Order: sequence, then structure tokens, then C-alpha cells
Amino acid sequence: MRALLRRLGQLVAVLALVSFGVFLLVAALPGDPAAAILGPGRPPEDYAALRAEMGLDQPLFQRYFEWLGQALTGDLGSSTVPPYLDVSDRITAALPVSIELACLGLLIALLIAIPLALVSAYREGGLVDRVVSGGTFAILSIPSFLLGLLLIMLVVETLGWLPRSQWVRLSDSVAGNLEHAILPAIVIALPEAALFTRILRNDLVRTLREDFVLAARAKGMPPSRVMLNEALRPSSFSLVTVVGIALGTLIGSTVIVEYLFSLPGMGTLVVTAASQGDFPIVQGATLVIATLYVLINTGIDVVYGYLDPRTRRVHA
Amino acid sequence: MYMPDPGFVRGTLLRRGQLARRGAALLVAGLVAVALGLSGVLVAVVNPVLIIGGLVAVYAGVDRLVWAARRRRLDLLLGLASAWLVLLVGAAILAPVLPLGEHEDVAATITDPIFLEPFTYGDHPLGTNGAGLDMLARVIYGARASLTIAVMAVTIGLVVGSAIGIIAGFYRRKVDTVIGIFTNALLAVPPLILLIVLATVLDPKVRNMAIALSLLTIPTMVRLARANTIAYSQREFVLAARALGATKGRIMVRELLPNVLPPMLSMAVVVMSALIVAEASLSFLGLGIQPPSPTWGNMILEAEANDTMTEHPFILLVPGTVLFLTVYSVNLLGERAQQRWDPRGAKL
Repeated sequence: MRALLRRLGQLVAVLALVSFGVFLLVAALPGDPAAAILGPGRPPEDYAALRAEMGLDQPLFQRYFEWLGQALTGDLGSSTVPPYLDVSDRITAALPVSIELACLGLLIALLIAIPLALVSAYREGGLVDRVVSGGTFAILSIPSFLLGLLLIMLVVETLGWLPRSQWVRLSDSVAGNLEHAILPAIVIALPEAALFTRILRNDLVRTLREDFVLAARAKGMPPSRVMLNEALRPSSFSLVTVVGIALGTLIGSTVIVEYLFSLPGMGTLVVTAASQGDFPIVQGATLVIATLYVLINTGIDVVYGYLDPRTRRVHA
Repeated sequence: MYMPDPGFVRGTLLRRGQLARRGAALLVAGLVAVALGLSGVLVAVVNPVLIIGGLVAVYAGVDRLVWAARRRRLDLLLGLASAWLVLLVGAAILAPVLPLGEHEDVAATITDPIFLEPFTYGDHPLGTNGAGLDMLARVIYGARASLTIAVMAVTIGLVVGSAIGIIAGFYRRKVDTVIGIFTNALLAVPPLILLIVLATVLDPKVRNMAIALSLLTIPTMVRLARANTIAYSQREFVLAARALGATKGRIMVRELLPNVLPPMLSMAVVVMSALIVAEASLSFLGLGIQPPSPTWGNMILEAEANDTMTEHPFILLVPGTVLFLTVYSVNLLGERAQQRWDPRGAKL
């Protein structure tokens, strides 16, 4: 219980620091937002009036707490670029797209990684193992935007199997949504799959050297059952952690893929806002992404304790 | 990496002479296959298969010969990776004195052909882009930008990271907690988002990019330095230094730093490849070094814009291949370095 409380305290501290950093970064920016909105050539009183209206004449800390207070109630202000939409609305529209991509990508990654790891760990150092090891290492060295472009060139342009852009909401049409989400999800999945395969394979190899596996083999259990029933579960702890971390990071890391396929997710939102100098959106989106990441990570840590008895603290 | 003994064939171990003869035969067969493939005497489709198959045979042959002679496995991949990096770094450093084509001044290339295919054995070995600029020159100048930024960022990360990490690991308690919160906060923002946010604030110049990227490396470096410092602080030599009356500063610099640094250096190599990718990604999003100055990222962006890559795939493939080879080589070097100097971190 005390450990949980301490973790909670750290969580709050980290979030406070992140929010302050995000706020400061934009607040310390050279240039005057009022001038940016009104444009040049107005009387000075107009600028001063707008600055007062936006609260820019207040001291820094007061502005931070006001901003934070509003953010906590779900009000992240409005965009400084026409049509001046509400930041929270933009984020609630974009977030599901990123979350769907991340989940779909992770699912595909696991579907690829688990069989590959089982097959290559079964004969350590065999041909399959070496090919898989070389292949995953190579895939991990391809930057995701390059991987995406190569896949687009192959699947969309040359083979013409799938459409490239336009997003169909899941609520509008499940099939249409899948058709548009599958290729971006694969681009997200491949590097993750490579990483998962390497991690699971290494843990499996270690588990397979244990006595209980030898015992199962000696009793005449078929190899497939040894792998699936005996070895897989005790080898999956590192994988669970890494998958959890991946879920947290992916929501912000789908940026490149969203941009490539012009999908309306968080990444596209941030990149577009950044290139237009639309700071409230950059601030709000970064805050939401970082909060999600920290929350998911803490959640994973807690769940992990239940999965792996060894990490549990002994309670009196 | 575990590799089976090549002399172990179908359950029996070959004698050295036999193994050497097999190796020599494979080597010769491989060379013949590659030569046939390159000469292009046979049908076009067979050539790539012959070349690749031949190279594999040459590798297997040399591997067996080396094993027979010296009982050591040949790490050809590592050799190739190092050779590539030496070539790239050399070209990047010597770029201004090399006889290269024009890399960024569009006005100078008005009369040059545009979208010239690579390997036409003319003035432009890797072809030209849509503005007639020489692709080879652009790739090499791109390497200059990428490598400078990555090396600067890693150096900043190493210096700042080791200092903060050692302090956190040495003092523990409150100092450690505060530093922990700061590193966690930095890690909570996804790297690319952090870079994008910084890119909106900073002017995209080499120095600023290096500073922005170094922020990504600092948390990892701090964690590594801290963990190793905690481990080494409990060792006898630190206790001995304390007993001799060494000051805290002296213990940190003279006793802890030399032990904490080696694993950090091998980590630095791995981090370096991540930084090259991050820099390329940022340029690809149009937020890095601005064209016409070439970077690998903005060269790839050029291929993506207006679907240039559909008609001229080489505009994508040339910088893409160079980027991949570089990242792969650095990763390989990093992996081998970690296996050697930091067995704990070598799991992946």
C-alpha cells in the first residue's frame, strides 16, 4: 500500500513537471501571440487589449496554474489558427484513430512474433533461428518512414491491392475502416514484431534449458506441447512488459505513419499544428500523450506484479 | 551469437584438410557464379540469383578456410559494416575536396539532365534528381549533416548523462528522487513528439538539432550511469578510497567514472543509430535541416512529394539504401560492442 502511494506521488510529480515543461516551452517562445493573431499594422492598444484578454499580462506561474486548472476540467483553449476550433474537440477526434492504429499494430506484431519466436527457439542456432535473427535485426534497422514508403511503393503503387489514404471511421464501416487501417498498422507492426520476436526467443531459449522442460520431454510429451504448454508462459514476462511499454509509446509514435498515410490521428494533429505555429494544440496534444504514456506505464507495473509472483512484495 | 561448428557435417567432424578443401571449392564455385552473374551472359532473371548465391558461397568458403586454419569464426558482417562506416565517414569528411557533382546549388545545374538513372557510367554515378543535382554528392553531404548531428548529440548526452547519473547514483536519497522525476518526465514525452515540439521553437540549424536530439539521449544515459554507479559504489575499492580520505568529488571522477564509462560508450553506439533515424525522420517531416541543403530525410521527402517515387523509384532507393546500410552497420557495431563490454545489456 505504501509502495502504491509512493508510486502515485511520483506519478503526480512527473505529470506536473511534464505539464510545466510543455507550458514553459511555448510560453518562453519568442514572438507575440497577439501580434500573430491580429497581424501587423494595428494601433498598440489593440495588441495590449488582446494580450489582457488572453491573460498574457499575468505573471508566468499564475498563467501556468490557470492553464493547468482549465486543462484539468478538460478545457485546453482554442486553436490560434483559423477556424479557431476547440483544442479538446480536436484531440477527442484524433485520439481514437491513434489508439486504434496502436492496438491493431500491436495485435499484428504479436501474431507475427509469437510463432516466429517459438519456431526459432525450438532449435537454437539452427537455420531458422539464424534467418529469423538476421531478418529481425535488419527490420529493426529500417526507419519506419522508409519501411512505409517501400510498402506503399510495393503494395499500393505496383500491386494496387490497397488504397493509400482517406480514413473511414470504425463507426461508419468496419470493413472500410480495416481496409484503410491495415497497411499503416502493418508498418507500425513490423519493427515491433521484430523486437518482440527477439525478446521472446531469448527468454524461451533460457526456459528450454530448465529442468522441468527436460522432465516434460523425458516423459515423452510432444515438442509442440512442450513449447506451448510448458515453455511459453514462464517465458512471456519480459514480452508483457515490452508490449505494455510499446502500447504507451505507440500512441505518440504513430506520427510518421499517420503523416505518410494522411490519417487524422494525434501525430498528424501535432505535426500540422507545429508547422503552422498553432501552439495551444501542440501543448494540449503533448500533455494528453504524455499523460496517457505515464498512466499506461504505471498500470503495466501494477499488473506485472500480479502476473509474476517473484516481483510481488511480501505482505505481512 | 551461437554458431555451429562448420566442420560438423551430418554427425561427423571433418578433419582440417577436408574442411579446407571444401572451403576452397565453395570459394571457387562462388567466385565463378558471381563472375557469370556480373558478365550477364545468361538470361537476365538468373543474374541476381547467381550473384547472391555466389556471394553466399564465397562467404561460406572463406568462413570454412578461416576456421580450418585458425579455429576462429569469420565475422564477415562486422567487417563489411565497419568498412561501410569507414567509407561513409571518410567521404563525409573529405566531401569538399572530392570531385563530386553539385549538391545544392540549383542554378549551377540548369544544363544538367534531370532524373538521370543511376549506374549509367557518366558524370553522375548515382543519377540526378528533379533539379539535376548529383545524387552521390547529395548523399555524401547528407551524411555530413546526419553524422555531425548524431555525433554532437551523443557527445552531449554522454557528458551530461554520466555527470548527472553518477551524482544521482552516488548521493541517492533526495537528489536521486529529484533526478529520477526529471528523467521520467523527459521519457514520458514520446521522442518524436518532443523533437517536433522543439523543432517548432528552435531554428533548424545543425547545432540546434544536435541539442534537441541530445535531450533524447540524456534520460537513457542517466539511467545507465546511475545503475552502474550504485553497483560500483558498494565495491571494496570505493570503500578503500573513502578510508584513505578521498573527497567525494575524487571518488566520483577517479574511481567511479572509469568504471561507469565503458558500458556507456557501447550504449552510445546503439543510441547513435537511433539518433540517425530520429534526425532523418524529422527532416522527412520537413522539420529538420531545410532543403536545398541535403539530408537523407529530406531527400526521401523529395521522393515522396508529388509521388516522384512512382516514376523514378531510385530517388527513394538511393538515400533509402544508404540510410539503411548506415543504421544497420551502426546497430551491428553497437550490438557487438555490448556483447563484449556490457554483457548485461547484450540481451537484445
